[in-house]
Amino acid sequence: MKTQLIIAILLLFAVPIMAQDDMMDLFAEEEPTADYTFATFKATKVVIGQSVENPGNGSLVFVIQHHFGRVNTGIEEFFGLDQATTRLGFEYGVNDWLALGLGRSMIEKTYDGSVKAKILRQQTGKRNIPISLSYFGSIAIQSMPWPEPERTNYFSSRISYANQLLIARKFSRAFSLQLIPTHIHRNLVEKKTDDNDVFSLGAGGRLKLSNRISLNAEYHYLLSQQTAEDFHNSFSVGIDIETGGHVFQLFATNSQGIIAQQFIARTDGDWLNGDIHIGFNISRSFQLKKKKQPKD
Amino acid sequence: MKKVIIIALGLGLALNLSAQRFLTKTGHIYFSSDAPLEKIEAHNRQVNAALDSRTGDFIFKVLMKSFAFEKALMQEHFNENYVESDLYPNAIFVGKIPNLDDVDFEKAGTYQVTVMGDMNLHGKSQKIEEDGVLVVSKDGIQATSTFNLEIADYDISIPGAVAGKIADEIQIHVDVNLKALNK
Repeated sequence: MKTQLIIAILLLFAVPIMAQDDMMDLFAEEEPTADYTFATFKATKVVIGQSVENPGNGSLVFVIQHHFGRVNTGIEEFFGLDQATTRLGFEYGVNDWLALGLGRSMIEKTYDGSVKAKILRQQTGKRNIPISLSYFGSIAIQSMPWPEPERTNYFSSRISYANQLLIARKFSRAFSLQLIPTHIHRNLVEKKTDDNDVFSLGAGGRLKLSNRISLNAEYHYLLSQQTAEDFHNSFSVGIDIETGGHVFQLFATNSQGIIAQQFIARTDGDWLNGDIHIGFNISRSFQLKKKKQPKD
Repeated sequence: MKKVIIIALGLGLALNLSAQRFLTKTGHIYFSSDAPLEKIEAHNRQVNAALDSRTGDFIFKVLMKSFAFEKALMQEHFNENYVESDLYPNAIFVGKIPNLDDVDFEKAGTYQVTVMGDMNLHGKSQKIEEDGVLVVSKDGIQATSTFNLEIADYDISIPGAVAGKIADEIQIHVDVNLKALNK
């Protein structure tokens, strides 16, 4: 009897005591929401190759890529700055996971079309996914005049393909790492011994130096024997500088080529030899599709 | 015997009702930056807010990542460069309504209030005091307010390159519909 009474009295008091609780507790989440990792890389390129980043949904990015000549050509060629190869390109974020690209490079007057699709996005919260995974595919068509016009030439001989998996993880707010297995197929190669299919394993990273500047590097190791014998592994190191709608990437690389088909399978420069190209990418983003703000 | 418990429980319930709390998890806050070169607006419709009508305690918890911008890139810059939402995920306001006696929570009507307290944003805490309006109805309480924040007060720096695009003073618009919490 007495205990019951005590319980009753305690119950009576319990309510006002509860009211003293921290009101913040009211905000406790019943259901965790998806917390996506953002800005694994700052640009859609790590340095010269693709990163897991896509242009934002509805944004069109105009990219100017520029690789100068070799530094070891000396003062006569103003350390390579007298010559340059360029690529002009557009990338468009169709939605949150798909981006399409078009571009044209000076080397062999090459046109390229590409898709980049996000398969996994690094996230915590509702689901825990430790990495981001994207697929990048590109078709390149060179448009040089045929070297031997008298023989039968096929249009398909102009075409080469690149397939890449981009596997990235943002380890901390300052450090991201990406693995880039690549397959390149050329319909036509110069010599019989050349590889039609070239495989490589690449890695790229970003180290944030300040809120707007980061140090980036990228390396592609050739796995295909013949190609590895004839060419060099592509290595690039650079910095990203971002200002508002622009990202400016300034770098040094041993690759003259700008698209994967060229810089992975056909890099002939050797860093140790001083065959280094200074280069830069400038990208400017335009938002074409505005996100609708529901009105109250 | 059982009666005692029932009465006690009943009393408890009654007490709970009089010590009213009002809550929302879908409040709306938007901010606007009106700089010469660019107008920026971002909306957050998942704002947590709670008001205790007995004590006048009024608190807000705003997840910074939930601010939606027109441009995807702006949203990334906002989170990555300005509010650094990976380090400081929430903005928290803990305040009080000092003129609580002017508000009759039992009677529908519109009441002018002052809210004062600590605003914690980007790891910096500032005392603020702003005017707002409470509209009491049988459905709950609608609280609205518009005020300005100096971004420099919260250690958010604007680089020279975008100086004309982001205003030094950001206008904050609060509109939350609080519902009585019945437990």
